[in-house]
Amino acid sequence: MPHDHPNHDHDHDHLSPSGHPYRQDNDEPLTYWQLMEISVRELMIEKGKFSAPEINQQIDLMDSRSPADGAAVVARAWVDPDFKQRLLKNGASAAEEMGFEIGPMHLVVVENTLNSHNLVVCTLCSCYPRNLLGLPPDWYKTKEYRSRAVKEPRAVLTEFGVSLPESTVVRVHDSTADMRYLVLPLRPESTAEMSEVELRKLVSRDSMIGTGVIQET
Amino acid sequence: MLSNGTTIKIKDTSPPGHIRTPKYIRGKTGVIERCVGVFENPEQLAYSLNANSYSLYRVRFKMTELWADYEKNSNDTLDAEVFEHWIEEI
Repeated sequence: MPHDHPNHDHDHDHLSPSGHPYRQDNDEPLTYWQLMEISVRELMIEKGKFSAPEINQQIDLMDSRSPADGAAVVARAWVDPDFKQRLLKNGASAAEEMGFEIGPMHLVVVENTLNSHNLVVCTLCSCYPRNLLGLPPDWYKTKEYRSRAVKEPRAVLTEFGVSLPESTVVRVHDSTADMRYLVLPLRPESTAEMSEVELRKLVSRDSMIGTGVIQET
Repeated sequence: MLSNGTTIKIKDTSPPGHIRTPKYIRGKTGVIERCVGVFENPEQLAYSLNANSYSLYRVRFKMTELWADYEKNSNDTLDAEVFEHWIEEI
């Protein structure tokens, strides 16, 4: 309700005309590292190492990548056994066949089977196949996920809603150096008649990290 | 170069500076899963030093080797990437 009377109850001072509370402005003092990043960036621009538009282009490129790219690779592997073999042998070159630039990092694709399930983590920081999945989810970078995924992966999987039979072997992959990992999830049996394009829509981000599985439809 | 399936041990040392061999695999026994190529040593790159190139291996450990109290499937594994200068043949 608009403020059209002077002696009103102050409770709704904090509500917008729509009745919702106003949100705080999104301005906070810079942290030490934010200040460092801005300083280094401005110095590099001053020294002519790169330009401000080039930085924006890189950020746009990073933002344009999404799990849909990884899903396209997975769907291709499901329908094309030769492609799948090439993908498992050399993930980067197979992904590049589809036009996805993997960059300097190598890509190891690990395949889930009826008897084994793969899970990816980076205990040291946040290494992630960004060129195929975009930016990692916030939880991937938490100390809790990073420490628990290598120590009690089954408990972590249960919390993500993935319950595996005890007989299924769990294989955890810690990205400690130059490899990046993508899980090739198990294709649901009920999707036998689906086209590659339809299959892409089923492949979730978490299924390619290993914290999810693709349910039968 | 170490061939796939070779049983190895990770050195149990704690040198100062930037290292990529996580504490939880140091001193542990595993097998070479595959060699993934030759890469510059991040321990030197981190300080802008001229870096040696070393073979990088994916080493597979049994979870029960890493964690004394690991309960579930004793065939569960953990793979990590380890540079050759951290690896001891046994």
